[in-house]
Amino acid sequence: MAAMRALVLTFVITMAVVLQVTLFPYLSVNGVVPNLALLVVVAAALVRGPEFAMVIGFLGGLAIDLAPPADHVAGRWALALVVVGYLAGRVRHDARTSAVAAIVTVAAASFVGTSVFALSGMALGNPVVSFTEVLAVIPTAVLYDVALTPFVLPVMMRLFRRLEPHQVAY
Amino acid sequence: MAMRDQHQKPSRGVLVLLLLASFTFITLDVRGGDDSPVEPLRSVVGDVVGPAESVTATVVRPFQAIPEFFTTTGGLRSDLERLEAENASLRGRLATTVVDRNRAAELDGLLRSAGSTGYALVPARVVAMGPAQSFSRTVTIDAGTSSGVTADMTVLNNHGLVGRVIRADRSSATVLLVVDRDSVVGGRLGSNMEVGFLRGRGAVDDDARLDLDLVDNAVTPGRDDVLVTWGSKNGAPYVSGIPIGRVTSVFSSPRELSKRAVIEPFVDFSSLDLVGVVVRGDTESDRVVLNAEKRPGAKGTP
Repeated sequence: MAAMRALVLTFVITMAVVLQVTLFPYLSVNGVVPNLALLVVVAAALVRGPEFAMVIGFLGGLAIDLAPPADHVAGRWALALVVVGYLAGRVRHDARTSAVAAIVTVAAASFVGTSVFALSGMALGNPVVSFTEVLAVIPTAVLYDVALTPFVLPVMMRLFRRLEPHQVAY
Repeated sequence: MAMRDQHQKPSRGVLVLLLLASFTFITLDVRGGDDSPVEPLRSVVGDVVGPAESVTATVVRPFQAIPEFFTTTGGLRSDLERLEAENASLRGRLATTVVDRNRAAELDGLLRSAGSTGYALVPARVVAMGPAQSFSRTVTIDAGTSSGVTADMTVLNNHGLVGRVIRADRSSATVLLVVDRDSVVGGRLGSNMEVGFLRGRGAVDDDARLDLDLVDNAVTPGRDDVLVTWGSKNGAPYVSGIPIGRVTSVFSSPRELSKRAVIEPFVDFSSLDLVGVVVRGDTESDRVVLNAEKRPGAKGTP
């Protein structure tokens, strides 16, 4: 059962990363596509809490960093999504109360994730990113992630609930 | 609730551990440069994810027609559900026919490019494009080392220069587009053979532009002057004579010594599909190498 869970999680992360670079470029807004891996991390955080979400965020981020056509320094998306998993996990009790709260969480997660990634790029100078470009990309990224939330988040949350090992009900 | 609080406490440890792991990856990759310990990991992931991207790209390619699809069926009345569905499926089929026809035209163009430039080309298709959130302009093509593609090869399509291969895995390769901020291409002005350096601005959409810094500051590039690649030793990473774009505006500032010109590339980077990788004529490849000498058009093949 544990192996099965690991397999499903690997598949979900891989598909999120692959769809992000294959399907969504057709639907991109100025090159910005929704960050599916980030939505998966937020869903994991809302269902299972920060530890699980951070692990998913690390693996998903590393997948984005290493899978072609990525060319940036490896570990930068991993770092960003670990932070996202931690923060979203901390606010999950409030975020689960209503749909609006969940959407606000996604918006905040998207803002933080993209910003951490951009800042790490500025710190490393890889690639050379200008502040204006970052300011142009982040709002679009946040809006696009929010727009996709109603379609992705409930499905992912249901999946993570089903994958949850049995535990004492609360 | 008490159990939940217990749950939250140890998350600091996991957080610190994973943050450290991320920083380790970043440090290893930054310090290692080209032979960083992360490279083997990259090629393993590339060998697995590359084919997955190719397959997914094939599956989702009909979605290329979605934007037109919305504009053409959007005006239909909602109560004609059956008709609409039929219409949509027909239109979808029509739209993909257009895509197929475009692709055939692109292939024709690529064959002509092989003929006119005199370079041997390995045809490949763009299967994945990096998101703007990653701030680097790279695409994945579905040809890799098994097709004779290696790093530092020129990539072009029937309109002009696309970029260069920065890494090649077994069945996929990553191409750095010339519009990327890290990309520098040596260019030559068509009218007076003056040379300069082209840098990308990082945008891929319709207003994708390149900045040209000329080596000789006495030269003023003319409007609509065409730029071709200057070429490097042994044709790596860029072969010479590939059209890049045309000059749209020129300006000079007193602070800078050289004049700067803005170049509009010939290639539309937001709709890249079929591209050709320049290889040596005698390359061993698992797909057809388009050679300048034997033009398939002359033999009657498509």
